[in-house]
Amino acid sequence: MGMKETNKLSRLGRRAAIVLLASALWTSAAADEPFIVLASTTSTEQSGLFGHLLPAFKQASGVEVRVVAVGTGQALDLARRGDADAVLVHDTAAEEKFVAEGFTVERRPVMYNDFVLIGPRSDPAGAKGGDIAAALAKLATKPEAVFVSRGDKSGTHAAELRLWKQAHVDLAAAKPANYRECGCGMGPALNMAASSNAYVLADRGTWLAFKNRGELAILVEGDKALFNQYGVMVVNPAKHPHVKQALAQRFADWITSPAGQAVIAAYQVGGEQAFFPNANRH
Amino acid sequence: MTRMAPSTMVQAAPPLVSLQRAGVRFGAVTALRDIDLTLHRGDRLALVGANGSGKTTLLRLLHGLVPPSDGRCNRHVLQPEGRPMIGAMLFQRPFLLRLSAGRNVSLGLWLRGLPRAERAAATERALHRVGLAALAARPARELSGGQQQRLALARAWALRPDILFLDEPTASLDPSAKREVEQLIEDFAGEGMTVVLATHNLGQAKRLAQRVAYLESGRLVVERPVGEFFNQSDTLPVEAQQFLRGEMVWA
Amino acid sequence: MSTFTDSVQLAAQLVWHGDAELWRIVGLSVRVSLAACVLGGVLGLALGAWLAVARFPGWRGVIWVLNTLLALPSVIVGLLVYLLLSRAGPLGVYGLLFTPTAMVFAQAVLVLPLIAALTRRLVQDALAEGGDQLRSLGAGPYAAALLMLLHERRAVLTIGLTAFGRAVSEVGAVMIVGGNINGVTRVMTTAIALETSKGDLALALALGAVLLGVVALLNLAVAALHGAARAAGQRREAWAA
Repeated sequence: MGMKETNKLSRLGRRAAIVLLASALWTSAAADEPFIVLASTTSTEQSGLFGHLLPAFKQASGVEVRVVAVGTGQALDLARRGDADAVLVHDTAAEEKFVAEGFTVERRPVMYNDFVLIGPRSDPAGAKGGDIAAALAKLATKPEAVFVSRGDKSGTHAAELRLWKQAHVDLAAAKPANYRECGCGMGPALNMAASSNAYVLADRGTWLAFKNRGELAILVEGDKALFNQYGVMVVNPAKHPHVKQALAQRFADWITSPAGQAVIAAYQVGGEQAFFPNANRH
Repeated sequence: MTRMAPSTMVQAAPPLVSLQRAGVRFGAVTALRDIDLTLHRGDRLALVGANGSGKTTLLRLLHGLVPPSDGRCNRHVLQPEGRPMIGAMLFQRPFLLRLSAGRNVSLGLWLRGLPRAERAAATERALHRVGLAALAARPARELSGGQQQRLALARAWALRPDILFLDEPTASLDPSAKREVEQLIEDFAGEGMTVVLATHNLGQAKRLAQRVAYLESGRLVVERPVGEFFNQSDTLPVEAQQFLRGEMVWA
Repeated sequence: MSTFTDSVQLAAQLVWHGDAELWRIVGLSVRVSLAACVLGGVLGLALGAWLAVARFPGWRGVIWVLNTLLALPSVIVGLLVYLLLSRAGPLGVYGLLFTPTAMVFAQAVLVLPLIAALTRRLVQDALAEGGDQLRSLGAGPYAAALLMLLHERRAVLTIGLTAFGRAVSEVGAVMIVGGNINGVTRVMTTAIALETSKGDLALALALGAVLLGVVALLNLAVAALHGAARAAGQRREAWAA
């Protein structure tokens, strides 16, 4: 190539580089306001709680909370990698493991809601009642009753597995023929249950906000075993120095404070309270 | 038939390109083999032969678009100017049709590094020379066949080439367009340009060339001055005679 | 069937009432995908043009890899970029995860092989036809490749539109690297995914219709530009005559 062509091409090249840079930076978020990244679960987001809770926090503190909603397992992994400043999940065993690993200094209880067993109104397995272990035991023996499991390492999934154990059904040994694992979130699992008239264990918050109910209704509720505890944890700056510890701590402090707890209690879905604050009890 | 007598300079004309036992292969296909040919300044050479005989490849070899796979291809420095020669070529299928006529011409000038003002002036001159000045803004594909070939000539002429290679320039043109293009080639040759022309049309070869070379299956069978080639055909090799007999019907 | 009719109604309502949230999401979708196509386009066009003319040992292997990457799932791209940008990853210090910039980056990685592969094909075929002419005029191989891109502007634009379609409709990559954060990194496709998983299928379909509508408008604008350019060219010539 001649000299002149090289010059022309390098001029083009320089212009291209400017375009490249500009386009990459063009959509940078205008992050003038302080914010933290909160890793939480899909069930919590889909219940609509954050739309109610976070604006109140922003007003009280001026801090924006950016929620990344994934499964509990993934949320804790996010925090382990330092990609989140705090976590709000509902799997006590996993949370305590997180504490033991040193990724957080402290775990604080925040609120609870409960799980409910959802199923077709016709209830072919006769599961309806107040005893979840009995209901699950019946389901395991009725092949025509399909059960949808999230199978995604989420808090709900972990709770479901605990309940099967309580019902003396050994899933590891032999999954019942009617057990369907979708590896998906609460919403898709409910969708699947709605379209195949199946049973599914769901958190009340997501159920209340769920629109595609089909023939489904709540069959089992109120059993103590269906208690679903939420905890908040701030990522340990010793593990990840860049974490916005002060801001995240303000969030943890606020939602466990009377003011934050009141906001949680005030949140309703379909006319019912969805979450029950318990930061100072438990 | 009289034609512009070549100046006596031609006899002592310096060589521009010499091929010694040159061959060109594309993979397994041999397009040219064993070519001995020297192109002198001021030559007007016609390449004739059937389709697939290697005329286009020989043009490309002389122009420098393909390197020889065998043998040598020497490109001599232009005397007395003392610089490398500038070649330009007209192809069978005109290209860059999406660009306007003017852009087609100025493209070559841009590649040569001419500044904008000079480019514009040279483009205008070139289009004027071939009679296409009014169509400068028209996309090239909207021109007629004859106009497209004239545009190709303008594009080549604008570069002030020392040699002009033409690959069947009038193959698909009607008689009047053919005459216009031939006239331009004649004029350029008269201005001192060396011309190498591949053509089917023996009449065209007779009209425009001083020397004729016949190719068959990639070999250069014979090369003669034009008068000898057409009027003393019995001195030619058998293949060339057969070719002439077959083609003369259409000349 | 009622879901379909519901969604049509919903779509109309959303558009008519100019729901601010909706337009914010639409705007972000378009900006992110457009920026990704520009970024991936500049690199992809250069790569494609280069591959059309460069010949080196292993050239065929590169083409083969490139064509294979056309099938790269968007989720995988998201995962790879996530691992790059995560705090635990090599580029973590820039804190780009869960921002629109990360989304632009991920989508650019996604469309880059597409643009490069299509460009290579385009330029290689164009050079096979007219490469000689450009070389005869004095262009070196790389200059010829770039000139072909200019000559085949319309085809390049179509490649761009194809890439934009791929980018604006993908959900896997932006979900993972963006996090679908409300008000910050939520785009059309992640919003659709969210509404679907919430069971609000009518809304999800409606959002899908809005997305297609936006792309349709974009294509309309491009076609109008072409028409205007052609008309301008004709006017210029009429004056010059």
